[in-house]
Amino acid sequence: MTIQHKMIEARPAPRSTVGPIAWLRANLFSGPVNTVATLIGIYLLYLLLTPTIQWAFINADWIGTSRDDCSREGACWVFVSARFTQFIYGLYPRSELWRVDVTFITFAALIAWLAIPRLPFKRWVALATLVAFPIFAYFMLYGGHFGLPQVPTHRWGGLMLTLVLAVVGMVGALPIGILLALGRRSQMPIVKSFCVVFIEFWRGVPLITVLFMASVMLPLFMPTGVSVDRLIRAFIGITLFQSAYMAEVIRGGLQAIPRGQEEAAAALGMSYWMRMGLIVLPQALKMMIPGIVNTFISLFKDTTLVMIIGLFDLLGIVQAALSDSRWLGFSLEGYVFAAFMFWVFCFSMSRYSQYLERKLHTGHKR
Amino acid sequence: MIHDDRLAWLVPAALMLGGIGSVQAATLDDVLERDQVRCGVNAAQPGFSALDDEDVYRGLDTDVCRAIAAAVLGDAEKVHFVPLDSVERFTALQSGEVDVLSRTTTWTSSRDTTLGVNFTGVSYYDGQAFMVASDLGVESATELDGAAVCTQSGTTSELNLADYFRANGMVYEPVVFDSPEQSIAGFEAGRCDVLSSDASQLYAQRMQLADPDSAVVLPEIISKEPLGPAVRQGDDQWFNIVKWSLFAMLNAEELGVTSENVDEMLDSEDPDIARLLGRDGSYGEGMGLAADWAYQIVSQLGNYGEMYERNLGSGSGFDIARDHNALWTEGGLHYAPPVR
Repeated sequence: MTIQHKMIEARPAPRSTVGPIAWLRANLFSGPVNTVATLIGIYLLYLLLTPTIQWAFINADWIGTSRDDCSREGACWVFVSARFTQFIYGLYPRSELWRVDVTFITFAALIAWLAIPRLPFKRWVALATLVAFPIFAYFMLYGGHFGLPQVPTHRWGGLMLTLVLAVVGMVGALPIGILLALGRRSQMPIVKSFCVVFIEFWRGVPLITVLFMASVMLPLFMPTGVSVDRLIRAFIGITLFQSAYMAEVIRGGLQAIPRGQEEAAAALGMSYWMRMGLIVLPQALKMMIPGIVNTFISLFKDTTLVMIIGLFDLLGIVQAALSDSRWLGFSLEGYVFAAFMFWVFCFSMSRYSQYLERKLHTGHKR
Repeated sequence: MIHDDRLAWLVPAALMLGGIGSVQAATLDDVLERDQVRCGVNAAQPGFSALDDEDVYRGLDTDVCRAIAAAVLGDAEKVHFVPLDSVERFTALQSGEVDVLSRTTTWTSSRDTTLGVNFTGVSYYDGQAFMVASDLGVESATELDGAAVCTQSGTTSELNLADYFRANGMVYEPVVFDSPEQSIAGFEAGRCDVLSSDASQLYAQRMQLADPDSAVVLPEIISKEPLGPAVRQGDDQWFNIVKWSLFAMLNAEELGVTSENVDEMLDSEDPDIARLLGRDGSYGEGMGLAADWAYQIVSQLGNYGEMYERNLGSGSGFDIARDHNALWTEGGLHYAPPVR
């Protein structure tokens, strides 16, 4: 009998349990039914993807300045590149585009500062984002002071307008939504009934109706010659509408916090605002991240409805460009571009919310 | 109705301000003070009002706005274009958000009499027409018996179509779509033999085909769609200005005055030309305008023919024949009263 004193060297796991082939076997070809389903799936993907890739990349035209540069066998991305500035900035004067760039780079930098955990002075940066930045953005984008020429809002458009509408809607809706949610849970009858009526009214009408009323009916009630800027009408409509939805999301979060938390805080002698601000809301908001981001994403896409009040958001400016007689017949390219841009923004928001959820995870998930 | 209440409120205010005259002058004064004409246009209508890649609105409707600005302010670029939805267009005009509406709006009796607006004239004679694949060899709409016809649902086109085929004792199979994009896609895919819509739209849809020459628009026009600018009711001076801005362009074409020869024409012996261009008499005075109002229009925008060719005719890619939109001297319908 031989005794082996050396350990047998570790051998790689059998090919049937690890590696790509094993994965394929376990997940795609684990039985006759699954094998057939996989093969059919691959065939369908092939049928779908081949013409798409052919159209979007292989046969596509990328370089040029006019429709004559397009062979029309595949996508004509020349249409998008020739109009790119317009799609991003709308009718913003071409000599003033740097102002939009500076504003959005500043905004991105502030958000990034808040998002990266290592950086210091979070409180001050948050304050700057919420208070100083809107003022800065107003003077940069609208102008009229400090030697910057005024750019009336009817020249704003494209992706820039979509972002402005979405950011204003989000920043405005969150605090109003929190107040409405707290008001709806309040013991005070007048506050409570006001909040209930407000929320139920705005949730009961479609956003398109709100915008439509703001653009068609509102001017008729005002004295001749007085008109509120279209963009401001859209801001107000979107913010009020969105805050009602936000309020219900937040109320859901508030109700998930056990009553004992608030009672314990009250027993310690905390005031209502301290109880809410220090005990209830920090726990509740954390749980509501998926709901809040969900509302934001839907708001981001809802901004396309401003088209009906004559504002050119990203989708609106693409549609307007489609009717240029020099570029008729490239609607597919335009819509694919708009869809891609929306996807990029919505997907990033969704990823950021997942990151936040992980970061703020303190064992509250059950 | 709401706008009636508004007008009722205006009447005592007008009386207080010293009679009807002050109300009539209101729009012109506003425009002069603002140094800008606010013009309601379509957000996207090929050939009539469309954004080009330099952020400029191009088209027949927008050129009408520019003509008004040239006549009133002496500068065709002093226009603020307000893109309007088809539903809010009349409200925007009534509420004073725009001074003039030039937005492919069909002049009908109900709009003219009940909405508190006045149409000033016809800038384009549109009408429903038919487009067929050119290899079918069809030359007239009367040969379309039994055809499958693509059209848009819920439009007057659908009703006109039924009337036309019944009146001519023909049958057809309707294929209904929701939007112009869908109907042209259906036509291209062979879902129908014929596409029916307003002629101006058919030519734009034809351009969206992979090969525009594979389809032809038939000569028959089966409905009346006169498109023109509209202004608020109750301001006759402004009504006259908008009306005569268009007439000036038509008269210029009739007299052979173009944007290129207008400076030579200033010395013309023809008394009609001298009156039009303001060398003889001062015919702008009655509207509160300078004597050279028509000169400004023609020198900056050209005459009606130039405007047509640039936006809808040979210079545009649409290649829409003048037909009804030719001058009366050439068998068309455009007839402008003389400047005298």
